[in-house]
Amino acid sequence: MQVRAVNISKRYASLAALDDVSLDIKSGELVALLGPSGSGKTTLLRTIAGLEHADTGTVYFDQRDASESRIQDRGVGFVFQHYALFKHMRVMDNIAFGLRARRKNKLKDSEIKRRVLELLDLVQLSGLEKRFPAQLSGGQRQRVALARALAIEPSVLLLDEPFGALDARVRKDLRRWLRELHERTGHTTLFVTHDQEEALELADRVVVMNKGRIEQSATPDEIYDTPATPFVFSFIGESSVIPVQIGNGKATLDERVLDLEIGALPDGPAQLYLRPEDVAMITDGGPGIPGLVVSTRRIGGMRRVTIECGLARHRIEFDTTSEIPIQNSQRLTVRVSGGRVYGSGAEGYETERLASSETSDVKWARAEGWLDR
Amino acid sequence: MSDTQSAKQKKSARLAIGEGPGTKLVLIIAALTFLGLMLIAPLLVVFVEAFGRGIQVYLDALALPDTAAALQLTLLVAAIAVPLNLVFGIAAAWLIAKFDFKGKSFLLTLIDLPFAVSPVVSGLIFVLLFGANSALGPILDGYGIKVLFAVPGIVIATIFITFPFIARELIPLMQQQGSSEEEAAVSLGASGWRTFFQVTLPNVKWGLLYGVLLCNARAMGEFGAVSVVSGHIRGVTNTLPLHIEILYNDNKAAAAFAVASLLAALALITLAAKTVLEARFAGSLAAQRRH
Repeated sequence: MQVRAVNISKRYASLAALDDVSLDIKSGELVALLGPSGSGKTTLLRTIAGLEHADTGTVYFDQRDASESRIQDRGVGFVFQHYALFKHMRVMDNIAFGLRARRKNKLKDSEIKRRVLELLDLVQLSGLEKRFPAQLSGGQRQRVALARALAIEPSVLLLDEPFGALDARVRKDLRRWLRELHERTGHTTLFVTHDQEEALELADRVVVMNKGRIEQSATPDEIYDTPATPFVFSFIGESSVIPVQIGNGKATLDERVLDLEIGALPDGPAQLYLRPEDVAMITDGGPGIPGLVVSTRRIGGMRRVTIECGLARHRIEFDTTSEIPIQNSQRLTVRVSGGRVYGSGAEGYETERLASSETSDVKWARAEGWLDR
Repeated sequence: MSDTQSAKQKKSARLAIGEGPGTKLVLIIAALTFLGLMLIAPLLVVFVEAFGRGIQVYLDALALPDTAAALQLTLLVAAIAVPLNLVFGIAAAWLIAKFDFKGKSFLLTLIDLPFAVSPVVSGLIFVLLFGANSALGPILDGYGIKVLFAVPGIVIATIFITFPFIARELIPLMQQQGSSEEEAAVSLGASGWRTFFQVTLPNVKWGLLYGVLLCNARAMGEFGAVSVVSGHIRGVTNTLPLHIEILYNDNKAAAAFAVASLLAALALITLAAKTVLEARFAGSLAAQRRH
């Protein structure tokens, strides 16, 4: 089932929860709605489900206008963040609820039971059908909720922060398991998350939302490698930001020309966004940006170093191997070899390190007295 | 040195979890004394006074035709008022807990009104509304419907007084539970009725039972408002509480306490019923609470 949301807007009092949002989901696609809290991602999900009504805009299931059908008839499998299992019902009655609520093609009890056991097997909870929700762990409850949603053979599966209430380990397991389940059942699936790692790992396509708008909708690779806006850049993964001046196709920091190739960005102030891997420490005495170490911490096998550089003490984070000893207040030089420059407009430009080495770096650093050590 | 230190530690550890044994004892005695004086002693006095002059006096008092009529009327009023307030209370709680709309807090205040207004004043309101000099009274009289100083007036006054009991019990419970279970039920294809009876109602059944019992106890025991609208016609518009007052004023203390013991017994039976039900379903209740 293809799902299309067209020009959806919704306001709560003075706050725009959704601001003219359009979204296409292909049949069988697994899409993540990613954003901070208050970005409108859950509102969009609930609007598609029919649990909220948009002020303007339309949701289409295939070619059908979904607002014409009642929520009961939409055939949406919705999984809630806190499971919303029926507390007073056993697991099997929870899963059978949707089958028993059917108006057309009522099933016999034996058929319902067969289906419930099949679904329990699918979510790997066989043998727990007699339990009450309170007697299950968080991960088990979430899988019951999923089985309950799948029981009605939904045309689309919607999950609201499905792993939000679980601890990190269970989360990881369930994530992998959900991906496998999707590959087996092929449901068109849309899930909401604020965890960028979860979105990038699980989804075919990630839709990044902020302040009721879609910032970017692309594959996980594209989202990480070519973030369309500064927001997407800083929301996905670690980032350092330094303000630069653009002029004559070059970026300057504190009147020092950076060793970067700038695209067709107009002259004026801009922001240079860097990932830790865009920055490397120079150990051979070559030109670079000098800075003062303010903190170091271990992240797995790497050491993450934060330095302050330039007159305004902009912070830059980068990784080194843990073998190199680095202390606070140590002076060192780094080279920027990538990153993206965002001008005052929303458009982002890729930067590349120039092939030729600029001498201005060295001169400036000498003048500042950083390189003598 | 180390001794005083460890003593200090011991003391602070005890302070962290509770009071010393002396303080505990004083608090427990104070609580029990208060409970005994204010709750248990009055209840005992009722039964002691009722049976004080022998079982025969007791049975004679209960055998009075006026007593039987008062008991009948009291049960009738409760049988009408409680189901009506049950329906109203559930509807109001559902509306307030599960939906957002303008004027919600005003409606909440309105539901509390019978708690805030003195019962006597409530009674007077109905006298003004249905009395001979009111706009409604003569019209209803024209159709031969008598409200004041008759059963309908007593029922209306009782409904007004017991209005908030069930709604007030359910609203916080429903609000705390939120509406995601209902949303889940609806998205699974359940109709509104099915959602209500299979999801909402089972989730609040204990609160509802408690509300009904409180409502019932108050409906049977209401004095002030009923006293104003009933007109005290013996054997016709006297409920049990009114009957007790009349007996007492007639210097028939033993009879008054005998009837009072009947009313107290009705209250004790409802409370016992609640306890028994709770004990029987304790298992499923505990399982749900742990959720």
